[in-house]
Amino acid sequence: MSMIDCQLVFNVENREYVDLDLYRSRGGYGALAKVLAADPRESVYVLKEAGLKGRGGASFPTGLKIEMVRSNQEQERYIIINADEGEPGTFKDRYIMTHLPFQLLEGVTIAAYLAGASRGILYVRHEYDEPRSVMRESIAQAKRAGLLGENILGSGFSLDIELFSGAGSYLCGEETALLSSIEGRKGRPQVKPPYPTQQGLWGKPTLINNVETLSNIPKIMEKGALWYRSLGTEDSPGTKLISLSGDIRFRGLVEVPFGASFRDIVYEYGGGPKPGRKVKAVNIGGASGVLIPEEMLDVPLEYGACARAGITIGSGAVFVLDDTRSILDNVSNRINFFLHESCGKCTPCREGLRQAQIIMEKLIAGQAVMKDVQNLERYTRVMQNASFCGLGQAAGNSVISSLHYYGEEYCSRCKDGEEDLYGEESA
Amino acid sequence: MQAVVQEIVGQMGNEKAPLLQVLLAVQDASPRNYVSEEAVRAIARSMKVSRCRVYSTASFYTEISLKPRGRHLIRICGNAPCENAGRTAIMEAIQQELGIEAGETTADGLISLEKVSCLGSCYKSPAIKVDHQVYGNLTPEEAVAVIRSLREGGEQ
Amino acid sequence: MAMVEITINKRTISVPENITIMEAAKLNGISLPSLCNHPDQKVKANCRVCAVEVEGVKNLVASCSTKIAEGMKITTNSPRVRETVRTIVELILADHPQECLTCIRSGECELRQLAFKLGMKEVQGVKNTKRLPLDFSTPSLVRDPNKCIKCGRCAEVCHHVQEVGILYSHNRGLDIGVTPEYGKELKDVACVLCGQCVLACPVGAIYEKDETDKVWEALGDPDKHVVVQVAPSVRVSIAEEFGRPSGSIATSKLVSALRLLGFDRVFDTDFAADLTIMEEGHELLQRLQTGGVLPMITSCSPGWIKYIEHFYPELLPHVSSCKSPQQMFGAMAKSYYAKISGIDPKDIYVVSVMPCTAKKYEAARPEMRDSGYRDVDAVLTTRELGRMFKHEGIDFNSLEDGEFDLPLGISTGAAAIFGATGGVMEAALRTVYEVVTGQTLEKLEFEGVRGMEGVKASSVDLGGTEVKVAVAHGLAHAKQIMEAIAAGEADYTFIEVMCCPGGCIGGGGQPYGTTNAVREKRIQGLYEVDQKSEFRKSHENPAIQKLYADYLQAPLGPVSHKLLHTTYTNRCQHELQ
Repeated sequence: MSMIDCQLVFNVENREYVDLDLYRSRGGYGALAKVLAADPRESVYVLKEAGLKGRGGASFPTGLKIEMVRSNQEQERYIIINADEGEPGTFKDRYIMTHLPFQLLEGVTIAAYLAGASRGILYVRHEYDEPRSVMRESIAQAKRAGLLGENILGSGFSLDIELFSGAGSYLCGEETALLSSIEGRKGRPQVKPPYPTQQGLWGKPTLINNVETLSNIPKIMEKGALWYRSLGTEDSPGTKLISLSGDIRFRGLVEVPFGASFRDIVYEYGGGPKPGRKVKAVNIGGASGVLIPEEMLDVPLEYGACARAGITIGSGAVFVLDDTRSILDNVSNRINFFLHESCGKCTPCREGLRQAQIIMEKLIAGQAVMKDVQNLERYTRVMQNASFCGLGQAAGNSVISSLHYYGEEYCSRCKDGEEDLYGEESA
Repeated sequence: MQAVVQEIVGQMGNEKAPLLQVLLAVQDASPRNYVSEEAVRAIARSMKVSRCRVYSTASFYTEISLKPRGRHLIRICGNAPCENAGRTAIMEAIQQELGIEAGETTADGLISLEKVSCLGSCYKSPAIKVDHQVYGNLTPEEAVAVIRSLREGGEQ
Repeated sequence: MAMVEITINKRTISVPENITIMEAAKLNGISLPSLCNHPDQKVKANCRVCAVEVEGVKNLVASCSTKIAEGMKITTNSPRVRETVRTIVELILADHPQECLTCIRSGECELRQLAFKLGMKEVQGVKNTKRLPLDFSTPSLVRDPNKCIKCGRCAEVCHHVQEVGILYSHNRGLDIGVTPEYGKELKDVACVLCGQCVLACPVGAIYEKDETDKVWEALGDPDKHVVVQVAPSVRVSIAEEFGRPSGSIATSKLVSALRLLGFDRVFDTDFAADLTIMEEGHELLQRLQTGGVLPMITSCSPGWIKYIEHFYPELLPHVSSCKSPQQMFGAMAKSYYAKISGIDPKDIYVVSVMPCTAKKYEAARPEMRDSGYRDVDAVLTTRELGRMFKHEGIDFNSLEDGEFDLPLGISTGAAAIFGATGGVMEAALRTVYEVVTGQTLEKLEFEGVRGMEGVKASSVDLGGTEVKVAVAHGLAHAKQIMEAIAAGEADYTFIEVMCCPGGCIGGGGQPYGTTNAVREKRIQGLYEVDQKSEFRKSHENPAIQKLYADYLQAPLGPVSHKLLHTTYTNRCQHELQ
């Protein structure tokens, strides 16, 4: 126990299911008691000082979001726990729900208390049967223990959490699409503003946070902002759960303090490529993320540094392709994925993806010409520039990054591919 | 059908019932794993919304089927990590075993085969899901064995 | 109004706060393109062709959905904006059948106009050649899903203005379609065929079922005596087809143009509208005197009739048994007119020009053939008539003035205002008041039933008795009143319902570009027609008086009953409750 005594936030290397008794024996729910006894403004201040940002992909400051809901005049408020983890290559929220359900529930309860929400909805993607049943049972246990429901820990604060099952839509991870889905409509994104913090579920102020984000909160409240900041970097405090998959020795979930490089993640945490293989490309952030070559792995896992390098950390998926893999196959797989998941509402995403799919198929069949590649680039650029929501804006990331780093793979598949992709100007 | 639907809708709050959860529950109650047109009509009536709205929501979500499916659902993950790990071979083996393509149901109505976007089980790619259970790190032979045991169980 | 300073294309300007970028640009002389935006609808931001650059924002923003803010720097003319907008239009065109030359919407297609404006030279994307079947299932509308650009304007009007809820977007991604549930045909769902979706559609994805060929054929048949009737609201909208301002009164040019097309007689539906008032007014009095079902509801609007048959069949006894003016005209043309002109009714061919797509359905109803022949043989919308005029090269605006033929061309101002919401009520009140009180009505204008308010309630003093009346237009508003009646909370005596917003002047057969602002101008046009009329009360129409004296004898008499009244059908197999 002492060796692994809460060095990080999740300590996932234990691969251990922490039941309510175990969780409480390790100090669990101490943070909630502390928060319930303190001035909520001070607790929100701690969260802001800790620098916790949303872990679902958008990395919005969590303390600020809670404050926005809290400061709304409307007293009927909601908290929604976004467990619609749909980003391919990501399985961190699954792990939290199946192994650390009470850490999540404590975080939810604290966030709900601070935001002034008394009704919560845990939106779990349909594919997650096991996480859903663990959470259902955990919610019931927490209720029986007075940690949820009426008058939590005798504080007068009440919170009910309902489970809501998704039904097979990646887009419902987007917060306004998620709201539409709960309200019984198609999971299509809505015009923002108003933001959910102003007018969310049923028009009421709503705090929507990712599972990982909320699960950070108990540790921050327990050990303080300074401790949390000591884990990561000045720019990005804390840790990030990284889902490792693809052509590496260790596939699975790791918890990485911000500041570690992607090289560390792939070679240290992931054990590097399989024997005799080399890393060809690393896809960071899932289907909506970019593809980067081995040479770029020294970029640190840090919001600022990644943004400067054109990398979106997103949900923290790291998927490795070794030197036996085709970049075009991977890009094509992701275009097909987005075409399947696009809601079809806006033109650039719907029609741009249709064209992108056709061009990728032509490329893979060796039927494309360089003009097709130029069109592919133009269509994906327009999708990025003009799509309604993040899905369409990010759907072309794999194309744009792979054209940048692996342009020769595209050219070599073109019938007239001896020409350089960018004509004479290109270096 | 109206009675079955009315009970589900009633338990979930009548007109305030969450439509998506109603649809999933109605589908779960159907031996053929789908929401029939009759059910769409019944839901619209019970929840006092237009049929078009019910249909629209149902048609958007891939986990809701508007056509009859098999009693068992096999879902094959199609995301990039699973594709990398040999998803195509698994799919082909299962298709051959069942004699159907993805999106189809066996003639005996026992099994439907579906390709899905992602099962969130990339740490054990390639993954398939049989009803509520995920199987990972499969070879094509192991995948076929899973299907065979399902069939044997289903025929008993 | 508070103003904010923004910069558009490097020019700093002051604009009212809280407006969108698109509105701000418009105020400053720049019309940004849009396909999904509609002045009477909520912002959808689906099409994205209005994308512009805002300094400090990574991606482009949709100008229709983005509000301006103090100091915002907007660029609408950068290479990046231009590439984006042109590429989006190219993407739409690649998915759109390139059938513009033979498309019914061709000249007035918003997509085609935008492509032209942007100087689109080439569509590089791979064209979608998949074709879905067209829906020809109803007498009124044709739906071509292949041309749909998924802007959502039709669904918006169907759900929120009419609350019929037939067209809605289903599925997702490439499979998305704006259709009835299960992709059913319109005949199989509770569509009322109002055609508001046609007015909302920017392209040719849904349109009226064209009957011009039928009419050409009749006009070319030497054995047929072809008569035409023109609905009240067409006289204030047809000129828009020839570039005149909305609401321009063009009655006499319209008559001349119809004569040029070769009609044997040019008559007026207004004549039949006066007749409707006589019958309906007396029906109301009879219900009042005999304890009949009240409130009584008007029956002129066929979309409304189909709506109540589908959604509130239990309230059908409230509906007046009077046929609509279109059908009364047809029945009179093939009986009374046949008699006085000595023409065999089998040789009379009645064409009507209507602002309405549901009128095509109404004319085809099996109930509508009491003379032994179909009351009305062909129904043209305002748009179809405009096309016929254009086909014949008729220079509409420079025609000599013409006058309707007698006697079915004589009418009153009361009939003219039938085309505006509240008009039937007002016309009825003018007559009922004088019949009940025996006194001359001094002030003919009933302001309480005029205007674009969705539900208008008013009360009228009928010689000491207060009578409460209500007027609704647009089916969402009609639904409110039906709910009130069903709940026993409507203490009205008489209710006018028009299916379309603004009444017939806003009907689904009217010229493209029918917005609420246009509707108000057309309504003004009709009130002006009324103001200038020689007779302004239906019972004072000398041709109507003669019709009763020579043929019908009395309102609600046996001949009237046979020819001018009808029955309704419970269509609640489509019902939702």
